[in-house]
Amino acid sequence: MARKFTNKVLTANRLIEGDVVYLGINGDWVLDHDRAQILKEEEFAIKQLALANKDSGFLVSPYLANAEIRDGVPTPIHFRDSFRANGPTNYNHGKKENHNV
Amino acid sequence: MYSYTEFDNNFNQNRVDQFRSQVTRRIDGSLTEDEFKPLRLMNGLYLQLHAYMLRVAIPYGTLNSQKMYQLAIIADKYDRGYGHFTTRQNIQYNWPKLKDVPDILQDLANVEMHAVQTSGNCIRNVTADHFAGASTDEIEDPRPTAELIRQWSTDHPEFSFLGRKFKIAITGSPNDRAVTKAHDIGLRMVRNNKNEPGYEVIIGGGLGRTPMIGKVLRSFLPRKDILPYLESVMQIYNMLGRRDNKYKARIKITVHEHGINKICDLVEERFIIQRSSFGGFDQKLLIKLEKAFAAPIYINEPIDSYNKSYQSDPLFRSFVDTNLSEHKNLNYSIVSISLKKHGQTPGDATSQQMRMMANLAKKYGHDELRISHEQNVILPHVHKSNLYKVFNELKSVELDTANIGLISDIIACPGMDYCALATARSIPIAQQIAMRFNQLKLENDIGEIKIKISGCINACGHHHIGHIGILGLDRAGVENYQITLGGNSTQNTAIGKSLGPGFSYTEIIPAIEKIIYTYLDIRSSNDETFLETFNRVGLTPFKKIVYTPSEIINKSTATFANNNNESFASQEIK
Repeated sequence: MARKFTNKVLTANRLIEGDVVYLGINGDWVLDHDRAQILKEEEFAIKQLALANKDSGFLVSPYLANAEIRDGVPTPIHFRDSFRANGPTNYNHGKKENHNV
Repeated sequence: MYSYTEFDNNFNQNRVDQFRSQVTRRIDGSLTEDEFKPLRLMNGLYLQLHAYMLRVAIPYGTLNSQKMYQLAIIADKYDRGYGHFTTRQNIQYNWPKLKDVPDILQDLANVEMHAVQTSGNCIRNVTADHFAGASTDEIEDPRPTAELIRQWSTDHPEFSFLGRKFKIAITGSPNDRAVTKAHDIGLRMVRNNKNEPGYEVIIGGGLGRTPMIGKVLRSFLPRKDILPYLESVMQIYNMLGRRDNKYKARIKITVHEHGINKICDLVEERFIIQRSSFGGFDQKLLIKLEKAFAAPIYINEPIDSYNKSYQSDPLFRSFVDTNLSEHKNLNYSIVSISLKKHGQTPGDATSQQMRMMANLAKKYGHDELRISHEQNVILPHVHKSNLYKVFNELKSVELDTANIGLISDIIACPGMDYCALATARSIPIAQQIAMRFNQLKLENDIGEIKIKISGCINACGHHHIGHIGILGLDRAGVENYQITLGGNSTQNTAIGKSLGPGFSYTEIIPAIEKIIYTYLDIRSSNDETFLETFNRVGLTPFKKIVYTPSEIINKSTATFANNNNESFASQEIK
């Protein structure tokens, strides 16, 4: 039986910088998971993923990651996605020192 | 050490130019990611969780001050001011930008370095004993052979697209510091009963999801036959090795499925043909390489000052007792510089620290440095009269930690803090163990012990062969850590035995603590190491204590219970 679709965010790495980005509310690509667009409809999510896959001049390895709204903010569900969203835990590098695109 | 020929330099420069063109075409859209990915991987460029990662080869872990200095410049210019030394004696930069990578490769090529064959299904960077050319127990220096293999395997047309990656390690000492039995091919330099030099050839070792200890394919291979024999092994592997399933493609599975005897027959049959195709050029080259790795011209100075400093400075004494190894020249020492300061990321060095190590090598170390597979840096030749100066200069950049071989000298892969393949974090576990036992002031009492941590089943952190191995997994969306005990990375290679069910992120440090307190309780004397105790008593006493809730542990381990209540695992590590 097919799994029930759950909320997702669309994420990828930027081609040149390699850092993690998310599809934002306005269809732009943002660095903060907080500002990611929650994709609630499976069909729409798959369409967005297909579009991201075509945008290979800007993005690498797009995929849909599980997320939920927690305290009004899009929040990763799996710890891997949390680390991608927040940067490594051993240094204040990556997301901890970046700002939005 | 070996200096590039015109051929080497041209080859390296061509690769840089090629990759620059490939990156340009990727950025302008002429190449898709699917087309570009194999090209970048052939040049050591991965895409990790947060950024690209460039893996730079340090052939057989050997470099000089110029190269180390350049690694520091690259760390500052293109990265975040540090680099990560790996269990394959390489260095990884965690934050390069794609557009900068051709310039990084150019900077590397300018000092005879590269990132070629640090990824992909080819023969990877050859690793070797980090004490090569310096240790007292050495039969032969393995570096000339390692360099010969590097030259033979670089861009070898027949072995550039193997079924899977292929790793070769070589040692010239009976005390194996290169983990030869856990490599696709392990070479041990030996002498036969006529005192002629040669190699014991071991194949089919490996860690990863199916750990296997290598088997002896040839107990004595004459030195002159090394390349035709290796080529024969590679050809048989290329012919028989599976390509239908990447998890069964390593030579260890080929050996397991066909049996060592059949592989041996096929290799020997092939070897007769291969041997005749080598016209002796390889041996002439090997003689030249041996000259390139000649011992340094040792200085002859009194060592009174060293003895005085040893008596008067307890910190220096501790450093000497822990971080120094015997050198074949009695007035020299091998200095192991720990990249494991308590609470730091194992294997990381800042650019300032790299510059210091380069300066020390130049001033006091005959311009030689080594990277160990245990993620430390070695000054292989330091005259004893200079040791105190070396120690004080190391201290000025926090590289004076006296913990080599102790519980905080932990191997840890980058784990899920960086690696796209990881299933759990490794680094914070290593940091917490180191901090905890430093806090307890038990390190020296515990003595020799090797903890090795991997953040996934691929075992880059060598967990199978740690006295205590820790494997981080994803169990239903939660980090979970499995423990193995009794692994051994020396010539007596052993795969650790699983202790039982895994532990959560917050439970793993207390579990390690229970294991250590059990060892301290049951060891037969203060001289019995953790591994010796384990080999004497097995898993049972450790299992019993670790899986018993703390509140019902008997009085004899009350100390442990008190310590355990501090819940150290939740403390933040800076």
